[in-house]
Amino acid sequence: MAESLLKVSGVSKHFGGFTALSDVSLEIAAGERFGLIGPNGSGKTTLINCISGLLRNDGGSIRFQGENISALPAYQRTRRGIARSFQVPRPFHTMSVLENLLVPSAYVAHMKDTEGEAQAMDILGSMGLAAKAGLHANQLSQVELRKLELARAMAAKPKLLISDEAMAGLSGAEVDEVLAILFKLNEAGITIIMIEHIMQAVMRFSQRVVCLDAGKIICEGTPASIVQNADVQKAYLGA
Amino acid sequence: MKFWLPAVVIVLAAAGVAVSRINEYFFFAAFVVLTYVVLATAWNILGGYAGYVNFGTSAFFGVGAYTAVVLFKWLGAPLAVQIAAGAAMGALLGFGVGMLTLRLRGIFFAIATVAVIFIMETLMINWRYVGGATGLQLLRPEAMAPFGSYTRMLFLVMTVMAVAAVALARYVQTSWIGRGLRAIRDSEEAAEASGVPTLRLKLVACVLSGALMGAAGAPMPMYLSFIEPASTFSLNYAIGALAAPMIGGTTHWLGPVVGALLLVTIQQIVTVTISSEINVLVVGVLLVLFVVLAPDGILGFFKRWLRASSR
Repeated sequence: MAESLLKVSGVSKHFGGFTALSDVSLEIAAGERFGLIGPNGSGKTTLINCISGLLRNDGGSIRFQGENISALPAYQRTRRGIARSFQVPRPFHTMSVLENLLVPSAYVAHMKDTEGEAQAMDILGSMGLAAKAGLHANQLSQVELRKLELARAMAAKPKLLISDEAMAGLSGAEVDEVLAILFKLNEAGITIIMIEHIMQAVMRFSQRVVCLDAGKIICEGTPASIVQNADVQKAYLGA
Repeated sequence: MKFWLPAVVIVLAAAGVAVSRINEYFFFAAFVVLTYVVLATAWNILGGYAGYVNFGTSAFFGVGAYTAVVLFKWLGAPLAVQIAAGAAMGALLGFGVGMLTLRLRGIFFAIATVAVIFIMETLMINWRYVGGATGLQLLRPEAMAPFGSYTRMLFLVMTVMAVAAVALARYVQTSWIGRGLRAIRDSEEAAEASGVPTLRLKLVACVLSGALMGAAGAPMPMYLSFIEPASTFSLNYAIGALAAPMIGGTTHWLGPVVGALLLVTIQQIVTVTISSEINVLVVGVLLVLFVVLAPDGILGFFKRWLRASSR
């Protein structure tokens, strides 16, 4: 088998005496659509914080394209091709929507502003945000902010995009909109990890799903097999 | 060109004024105003662009001043060397403070920087060589021709320093560094995730800011012919350096300049015409007024006004 794009081996993370992740291992192949689910507090966001570098894992290793990136600061990982969106949108609120995208294009792709702007308008266009390019980030609606998160991540030209609950709190039609964007990005060759509470969205999107509970992987498989799994049902429903 | 032409004109005009027959007091007051232009500009690189509020300007200023005194007493170093050394020590202290940003943000960072003032002041109080708590009288050298007095020369030197500081701040703001610092101010996590080396940029901002503050402090002992810890590490420098950008506007290099010119000129006038106690009150009143009525400073106020009237 070819080297996987991302290989997480035996990763653990403690906050004081609390174990947020214990011995988590997973592999993601290039081009895959991967779903990460689990009840609140199960360690999903901690895991992707470890992958994207905002947190350092205590044990185990994280390899991206064969390179051990466990010790790299977050910005280095972004430059190697791991981009993420934030669960609670964190736009650069004093900048325009367009300028938000110029930050990664300048710092990751080392583009001149003219190049960066052209790329940014392409990305914004593909997400239906082109008309908002000149607005300040704090003038956007919720769904637009979620799209901006994804757009800014895309401006870093990632190989792997981690979407952290990009759809939480959105209406049905808006969920479909964001899903369509993610499908389109995947078709363009970007590997996607989707963290989501909206089951119907994860199940439609993912080729493979992993369920975390209390910092451990309790189940891995196709969306159809996951929903049938007794441990998953127990983790979610407590029955 | 839009920047450098006025900059050169300002320096030449200052040189002309310095050799003219204008009353000596003008130079005495203008030196203080210009010192604050440098301090406010320096403060804004870290506080305005990156959003890290430094309450410890006095520490940097004082370290620059004492560095100058040590070099003067030890080697009789000329003013240019004193200023360069003051900048170097300020940069060094800036690097240390920059490392604090690793762990401290917001109000905690601000409090830590206040502590730096007290540490530095205590060190100087207990250092005999520079006069300890009683201070040190300094015999300043003869004024160079064509300047009629040392204060006139210091006025021109400080004008050049102010222009240099503003040029540096302008470069930081408009270069790739500036966008990264703004990203840090808006959200440090998102900046890091967007490929911005946040620690390195914060260190750059702290070092540049510290160097300028140290440089601003270096000529002060020669200006006063005296140095003493309590007034050198006075909190007034920290407050003025922070208030001026708040009043002028923190997002543009022009903000601290406008703020410092306005605030400190009013203070100087009040000191002479009313009392030197009231001048501290002026800072407080203006700061409150601006925070409430024009939170984006004078520049922000005019920008909004222009936008509204163009509609």
